[in-house]
Amino acid sequence: MTSVITTRTRRWGAWYVAEHRLRTMRTYAGTIVATTLGTPILYLFAFGVGLATLVTGNVGPGGTSYLQFVAPALLATAAVTVGAEEYLLGILMGFKWNPIFTGMNSTPLTARQIIDGTAIFIIIRMAIVVVVYYVVMLAFGAVPSPWGLTMIPIGILTGLAFSPLAAFSATIYEDKGQFPVMQRVVVLPLTLFSGTVFPLTQLPIYLQWIGWLSPLWHGSELGRQASYGPTEPLWLTIVHVVYLLVFALGGWALTVHIATKRLNK
Amino acid sequence: MPAPVITATALTKKYKEFTAVDGISFEVAPGESFGLLGPNGAGKSTTMRMVGAVSTRTSGDLSILGFDPDEFGPEIRSQLGVVPQADNLDTELRVRDNLLVYGRYFGLSRAVIAKRADELLDFAQLADRAKAKVDDLSGGMKRRLTIARALINDPRILLLDEPTTGLDPQARHILWDRLFRLKEQGTTLVLTTHYMDEAEQLCDRLVVVDKGQIMAEGAPAALIREHSSREVLEVRFGSERNAEAAEKVEGIGRLELLPDRILIYSEDGDGALAEVVRRGLTPITSLVRRSSLEDVFLRLTGRTLIE
Amino acid sequence: MSSVRVNPAGPDAAVKIRGSGSVRALYSGNASAVLGRGLLATRSTNWTIVLTGVFEPIFYLLALGIGLGSYVQNVTDPLGNQIPYAAYIAPALLAVSAMNGAIYDSTWNVFFKMHFGKLYEGMLATRLGPLDVALGEISLALLRGAAYGLAFLVVMQVLGLNLSWSAILALPALVVIAFGFASLGMGITSYLKTFQQMNWISFLLLPMFLLSGTFYPLSVYPQVIQFFVQLLPLWHGVELVRGLTTGALAPVMLLHLLYFAVMIAVGLFFTTRRLRALFLD
Ligand SMILES: Nc1ncnc2c1ncn2[C@@H]1O[C@H](COP(=O)(O)OP(=O)(O)OP(=O)(O)O)[C@@H](O)[C@H]1O
Ligand SMILES: [Mg+2]
Repeated sequence: MTSVITTRTRRWGAWYVAEHRLRTMRTYAGTIVATTLGTPILYLFAFGVGLATLVTGNVGPGGTSYLQFVAPALLATAAVTVGAEEYLLGILMGFKWNPIFTGMNSTPLTARQIIDGTAIFIIIRMAIVVVVYYVVMLAFGAVPSPWGLTMIPIGILTGLAFSPLAAFSATIYEDKGQFPVMQRVVVLPLTLFSGTVFPLTQLPIYLQWIGWLSPLWHGSELGRQASYGPTEPLWLTIVHVVYLLVFALGGWALTVHIATKRLNK
Repeated sequence: MPAPVITATALTKKYKEFTAVDGISFEVAPGESFGLLGPNGAGKSTTMRMVGAVSTRTSGDLSILGFDPDEFGPEIRSQLGVVPQADNLDTELRVRDNLLVYGRYFGLSRAVIAKRADELLDFAQLADRAKAKVDDLSGGMKRRLTIARALINDPRILLLDEPTTGLDPQARHILWDRLFRLKEQGTTLVLTTHYMDEAEQLCDRLVVVDKGQIMAEGAPAALIREHSSREVLEVRFGSERNAEAAEKVEGIGRLELLPDRILIYSEDGDGALAEVVRRGLTPITSLVRRSSLEDVFLRLTGRTLIE
Repeated sequence: MSSVRVNPAGPDAAVKIRGSGSVRALYSGNASAVLGRGLLATRSTNWTIVLTGVFEPIFYLLALGIGLGSYVQNVTDPLGNQIPYAAYIAPALLAVSAMNGAIYDSTWNVFFKMHFGKLYEGMLATRLGPLDVALGEISLALLRGAAYGLAFLVVMQVLGLNLSWSAILALPALVVIAFGFASLGMGITSYLKTFQQMNWISFLLLPMFLLSGTFYPLSVYPQVIQFFVQLLPLWHGVELVRGLTTGALAPVMLLHLLYFAVMIAVGLFFTTRRLRALFLD
């Protein structure tokens, strides 16, 4: 009998973890709905409509509007925001402030399943945010090509590419303010200097390289290819995909490794 | 003799250079109630975590229900109930949801979990708080919920790390009663505690651990017989004068000098008191009582000993 | 001072001291003790947070001022002069950073201390009153905010984005803005009980940040929206600082100051009242 139970946990354990996290999310339903809906409307309006009145620079091929130019980047940014929050706060929360991971660890779950389940949950959260973003973008008329639909997986992949942050969180035992520091010194530059609201080439070369390193730049450019591209050679598009995949998978593997060590200390 | 459910041989845990558990060996038989006693930092919780298959041992051998925890963690944990020293409830969920979510981790069906959750809420006397937020519970209620949660999978072995710390006397007795009943049903109990009365009540057998090593092992009564005299005389002279008085009473029996009083171990407590008075000392208070586990504990875990 | 002290033995005095409206029950004139603790805590634990806080607005300035600035046409200031986009957006970022710093210190920080650290419970068990605690905590936020503001102004100077001598007045203006946000933020926070409610604060800040004439002039909007934006505190802050750094001085700036004066008073009133109700009644 017990072996049946273990088998079930072995197969579905990660989903149980995701279920738990989704259940927790219910407590925050109000702000989550408001943020998920409000953020795309506000950003698309402020940048795509408001700031667009001031933009004189060339944004893309043919009649591409500034709105169409920023939209894919804003969508990717939304996924990254969810990712950064979950990877930093969510992970440390589970290990430390509200140590649900330790609780899970004394059940048949493995550390790998706990991290996988968290990843499933984060993907679901990102998917919701990105799909809503996409729908709002359609309403704004910001997606010229039917290929724009692929911005949904692209956005999620971009968010997942920030998973090395989770590995970083998992190494923290004492909260000495590493988060704000990480947020400001790493996440913020990676977001700001990533050619989201203006082309990366507008930046002087000594700031441009930050964009090349940023998964958000790769994700934004990829989204632009999907929405109104192509604006770049094919090899570069492939580089974007590979870069994002490497970060997403590498960060996940590293997190599993660190979490396993931490939970079996 | 049935095969033991837990076998530890030369079990060792090191944190970097520091040895928290230093080669301890013990066995726990099925249905037995086994206790770990020892001062703060002795290595009790560390041992419990290794037995719970959530901490990898540095060396030695360990077998839980016939499995090696290094390889079969999930199989072992599926049959354990764990009450950790510090509650790790999900404070973002409500009381009953904590049980439901936890039950899922054992792969139990929702129907089974829902039924058990209600029974366990009754057991923990939290039925009327089922919808409360965990953060709004008192410390003792959280403890009871943690204990209830540990039972959701009907475990074969229950690991309790200081289960009754923070419980009021009623709750403590209710828990003892429930543990007795689990034991009657064949559940194996492993527990640590700092309450000696609890250890005497609950444990068939116990080990006293200090600095990661086992100092003594046996049934409570046997340990008292072996490591203490029949009676103890407790005398107080006032904090300032205890040390000075201790020198004068030397030789009456084994002495234990505590900050507030002197313990004199003797087969005949009244006789010992007469001898103290004969030596010209007048204690502020004196008390003759039977030896308890506390005396064994004090002796084995190294207070200032004056033989 | 001693001449106005009422005779403690007199019946009126006794009533007064016990009366709930008494200032003495609220304030013991020792806010500096609270500030001192804050500085000590900053120095011993989280100075890296304080230090890296300087970079935050500077990153924004580099990205939006330089990157976006070269991509966007010149903007007309309130007096009708053409100014470069970077000079237009920099004061807005400065005001936003004053707001963010003040809000962080007075909301999340205060929330944690109230609910997890139990710091205020301990403080109010001494001779300190709730107003001491409020003023002490807010001064700490202001001190930090002023330091960031100074660093930012220096960077603006280096990049040539301060168009007038009056930019130097932006520093005191920032302190006033931060004071307004800190006291109101702390007032609101003292009424909140859960993380969920705290998240609403962050959510409500977003439209204010995006729409308050930070990135482009209000004239983009229809009249109705303009009117609503002008009710928001950040718009007043941005206009005030922008007027000072670009040199477009106008009497209306006094109105902005008045707005913040009212905000400070309201915030302090509610904070004090709430802390008193929470810990002293
Ligand atoms: N993760 C860890 N890293 C380093 N040292 C640890 C770790 N966990 C425990 N220790 C050390 O191991 C020793 C034994 O700790 P343990 O928690 O097992 O004690 P205990 O017997 O349960 O004590 P108590 O009665 O206070 O609960 C202590 O000195 C402790 O500092
Ligand atoms: Mg312990």
